[in-house]
Amino acid sequence: MRVRSSVFACFILIFEVLGVALFLRGFFPVPVKSSFSSKSRLSDLPAEPLAGSPPNSTRLPQPLFRRVVLMVVDALREDFVFGPSGGSHMPYTRYLVEKGSSHSFVAKARPPTVTMPRIKALTTGSIPGFIDVVMNLNSPALLEDNLIWQAKTAGKRIVFYGDDTWVRLFPKHFMEYDGTTSFFVSDYTEVDNNVTRHLDSTLKRDDWDVLVLHYLGLDHIGHISGPHSSLVRPKLLEMDDVLKKIHGSLVSKEAEGSLPYLLVLCGDHGMTETGSHGGSSEPEVNTALVLISPAFKRKAGMERPGEVEQVDLAPTLALGLGLPVPQNSVGRVIPGVLEERSMRDQLRFLHLNGHQLSCLLRDSTPDYQKEAGFEQFRVAEKAHGSWMKLYLEGNTSEVLTNMGKKVLKQYLEALAAMSSALSRQLGKYDMYSMIAGMVFVFQLLLVLLLAMPEALSSAAAVDLPVRSSLLSLPFYLLCLLLASVHVLVCTSAESSCYFCSLSWGLVFAAVAFSSAMFCILISMAMRRLPLGPTAHGKSPVRSSGGEWSLSELDVLLLAGTVGHTLSLAASSFVEEEHQTWYFLLNTLCLAVFQDVCRKYFREQKGSGDEEEHLLPSKDGHSSAHPKQEVVSEKWLALATPPFTLLCCRLLRSLNQTGVQWAHLPDVSHWLNSAEHKTVLSLLSALCLLLIYLLVQRRCSLVSKVALALGLLGVYSYRAAVGNVLFPWQRSGRAASKGTVEARFVYVFVLGILFSGTKDLLRSQIVTADAKLKSRGLWEIYGGLVLLVSLLFRAHNLPVLCCGLLIQTLMAQFIWKKLHYDAAQTTIMHYWFGQAFFYFQGNSNNIGTVDISVGFVGLESYIEAPAIFLTALSTYAGPLLWACHLVCYLSSERERSPVTVGHGCYCLALLRSVPAAAYVVLVTVLRYHLFIWSVFSPKLLYESMHLLLTAGVCLVFITMEQSPGSSKS
Amino acid sequence: MWDHEIRAMASTHAIIAASVFMATILPAVLVPGFSVYGTHLLWLYSVSAAVAAVSVSVFWLLGISPPTKKHTLGYKLSRLFRSCLYFFLSCLFFHTVVILYGAPLIESALETFSLAVLLTSLTTLRCLCVLGPNIQAWIRVFSRHGAMSVWDTCLQITVAFTLIGAWLGAFPIPLDWDRPWQVWPVSCSLGAMIGYLTGLVVAPAWIHYHRKQLTYKCK
Ligand SMILES: [Zn+2]
Ligand SMILES: [Zn+2]
Repeated sequence: MRVRSSVFACFILIFEVLGVALFLRGFFPVPVKSSFSSKSRLSDLPAEPLAGSPPNSTRLPQPLFRRVVLMVVDALREDFVFGPSGGSHMPYTRYLVEKGSSHSFVAKARPPTVTMPRIKALTTGSIPGFIDVVMNLNSPALLEDNLIWQAKTAGKRIVFYGDDTWVRLFPKHFMEYDGTTSFFVSDYTEVDNNVTRHLDSTLKRDDWDVLVLHYLGLDHIGHISGPHSSLVRPKLLEMDDVLKKIHGSLVSKEAEGSLPYLLVLCGDHGMTETGSHGGSSEPEVNTALVLISPAFKRKAGMERPGEVEQVDLAPTLALGLGLPVPQNSVGRVIPGVLEERSMRDQLRFLHLNGHQLSCLLRDSTPDYQKEAGFEQFRVAEKAHGSWMKLYLEGNTSEVLTNMGKKVLKQYLEALAAMSSALSRQLGKYDMYSMIAGMVFVFQLLLVLLLAMPEALSSAAAVDLPVRSSLLSLPFYLLCLLLASVHVLVCTSAESSCYFCSLSWGLVFAAVAFSSAMFCILISMAMRRLPLGPTAHGKSPVRSSGGEWSLSELDVLLLAGTVGHTLSLAASSFVEEEHQTWYFLLNTLCLAVFQDVCRKYFREQKGSGDEEEHLLPSKDGHSSAHPKQEVVSEKWLALATPPFTLLCCRLLRSLNQTGVQWAHLPDVSHWLNSAEHKTVLSLLSALCLLLIYLLVQRRCSLVSKVALALGLLGVYSYRAAVGNVLFPWQRSGRAASKGTVEARFVYVFVLGILFSGTKDLLRSQIVTADAKLKSRGLWEIYGGLVLLVSLLFRAHNLPVLCCGLLIQTLMAQFIWKKLHYDAAQTTIMHYWFGQAFFYFQGNSNNIGTVDISVGFVGLESYIEAPAIFLTALSTYAGPLLWACHLVCYLSSERERSPVTVGHGCYCLALLRSVPAAAYVVLVTVLRYHLFIWSVFSPKLLYESMHLLLTAGVCLVFITMEQSPGSSKS
Repeated sequence: MWDHEIRAMASTHAIIAASVFMATILPAVLVPGFSVYGTHLLWLYSVSAAVAAVSVSVFWLLGISPPTKKHTLGYKLSRLFRSCLYFFLSCLFFHTVVILYGAPLIESALETFSLAVLLTSLTTLRCLCVLGPNIQAWIRVFSRHGAMSVWDTCLQITVAFTLIGAWLGAFPIPLDWDRPWQVWPVSCSLGAMIGYLTGLVVAPAWIHYHRKQLTYKCK
């Protein structure tokens, strides 16, 4: 079967996406869950241990607290409260921490340090799987056993104000609630006022038991201007005032004889030095946790707060309110909270917590009896029983106290051991699905590699021996073998496995596909074999020289691709991947510069007629071109690489990304500060103007007008949102959502895209006019640019503008004039695309994805457009460069009709090599310390990029259609 | 004749390499508190100066530099002046390139410039010694198939090795190992130095083993 290169590449990419999806399903472990889907109930609680006689009673100790106020301050980093400046930022809190009856801790949040998984951790006590981050955009109701459900079931009345993630997670759980959306990040006053305005009336009333407040303002300030901005101090003072108000009201309501109150101040996660979060660095993970209650001892002075896990809060609150501990909680009760109670109660509380942990351990581990913690718990339970016997006998001696302390210690050790064993469980992988996915991806990659000589030949078509493979005996044998392996694995594995749970039809299709691929692979390899070593050598020969066919540029392109793939094995290189790309891009520009110099200076050295011959002007027209133009063209060509270098240097200082140097001040911070608003306005106006000038050249008149209006709309959208200023506008105007302006732009985007598509269709079907076709393509490109300029933050507009400028110059003076072939051009486009991905401020950390983009022009959260817009703006760099590649290559078709096919093939190869290598790397490094914080986010980025590239390749196919008709 | 030239080249390189080692060891003995990482700039300048002095004197003694057409004092002075100018311009050029590669603009300008000086004395100075301040000749040597003598080939090899060494030296910087040699510009200058020394060894050896294939237009 003979298929064109582009179709072949696209086919391979689509199946690779499927393979990677299977791998991902196996890779992201399902969080530790109890096998029972029910929730803990009071009646299930174990009896109090008693040695000798049958368990006496299911007596529960009196709850510790009557009412609880949980005040969550989003991104409350530990040093905001406990740090050296804590005294001036939060004076009242600090007073309580130092002198009041309180306990303070540094609570360690687990990565991903993103709000929704953290709320889940706070309420369920479980450690949510990493995949929860992906679901963060669309949080469905929490079905797992959790504190809020338990409280509601026990008849507690809960009031909630704050981040509406809670409302979505716990629908119908709250007696009274008011949710504020967290997506308009630029707003940091209104979100908090919306919470505080309810406080006075609520605190006066007596009809609630649990009050939950979630303040978002601090997090938003962090996202806007970082933890050291001048906005942080007033915000923390405001939070301090709120805490003072609540505390004062609770103290005044305190009645003699009834149970005390508990006031909890905590953060869901911290923030980095740039104000973002999501990863696992110390400042992101360390949050403040302050528990205030008259039930605690008064403090004498400031002491260094102890460390606890964030999940420990859930069992503590549950036991404190007299509720069962949520079933999947892996936390352990904070011992300091209990220490004022009688020894009997303390032991009972620890026993309840231990029992819950041991049940969870039993449900989630097959050989739970070997766990040290489980054994310790059994021993402690026995000791507890004998202590109870002595206690009930009325013994009050010193011996009893000492024995009680010993049992307490045993319990605490057992809890710690069980908790850590459960946390370890999280690293369980579904290896079978992972390996199956990996095998798919690798087969496809090998087929892609083996087809290289054919795909890059002048015919640009690949001969796939499908029929002969399907009819051969090995194919059936292999099918049989793989099917039996599948049955064997699935019947023997104890743990659940996704690939086994698939329906038989799907599995059989996968098996048949895999064996067919294997047969094709073998027969293609056999075909290559006699050809010997000439089969390798990726870039086609350019120079006339025989054995040394690779130029320095080719060596660089190959070494860069391979080197980048290898560098992904080191966590630092993944974190700092932008450095790799900037470095490679710089070297590429220098290499191109050297090529340009060689071309033009060799001419200068050579004789006059040689110069005429080498210059790009066709011999027939050479007299028509004045000498002047040729000279200026030469200097422009010479200036292009240095100009590109300069642009890249400027762009790289626009957004600091990565981890190690992310805290350094960058230009975008400077631009976004309030006093430089005028500069930002001027800059974005200039950029929009330049974008217009660069894009309009090849558009039709209608599209030109639409583009101009659209770009004006972009500016007024930015002005409405409050990023930039109109000259006549006072800076104090209230910011709106800018929905009208954004929709105005969307209309023009759709208009331009429509007109481009119409041109394309007409050129394909009616006239076969190459000019019309390239105009149509360019208009689609222009529509994309307009959309991206709407989505990009104002300070990122220079990235877009520089990208367009570099594309124009390079296409004009470098790629065409130096006769780079399709493969080289594609690799360069890909490198530029990668570098621009990081120029716009992205990184391999989930935290840098700008989700607020999903709300441009929308009144509320709608899933499909939000995800589409977020993906588009995140991958704007690579996408625009790939689109430019399509435009450029199809305009080059007159020179060589197969360029589009070659380009598509190279793009597919460039994308699949790192993706396939990364899948293997992640499998090998699955027990690496940084697997969750560094490698898995990168895996998600890689798979998303693979998916997008498959989409771009589909566009390539449509461009390559009807190859005969458009030859002019 | 070629054997003779290769032998001369090998001995020249041996002398230069020895000067590098001396420039590292002597200050370590004489200056208290000297170390390659700790007082990196000092080491850098001592090595640059040693390489510069030794190369200039050795090449002048060997008489490899192209014979001057005129022997007037004024012409010699102008050559000297042009050489110094080129040296300085090349420092600026390397400085710019390193900044384009992402070195901080203001913060560690001295370190960056020192690296530029080292690179210049390892590469440009040798060009000045072998080819003289003659841009046309430089362009000829560094364009494809442009070498016209053994010394040109040797120059190509050493310059390429030095630059590749410096280039590779930048890779360890993002690693989070917190080693003293990851501080800017230690790894780059060490990389350049190692590349240079490798080039000094490789160049005569490569020419020796490829002397059959090497054909030059002139000479
Ligand atoms: Zn948060
Ligand atoms: Zn946030």
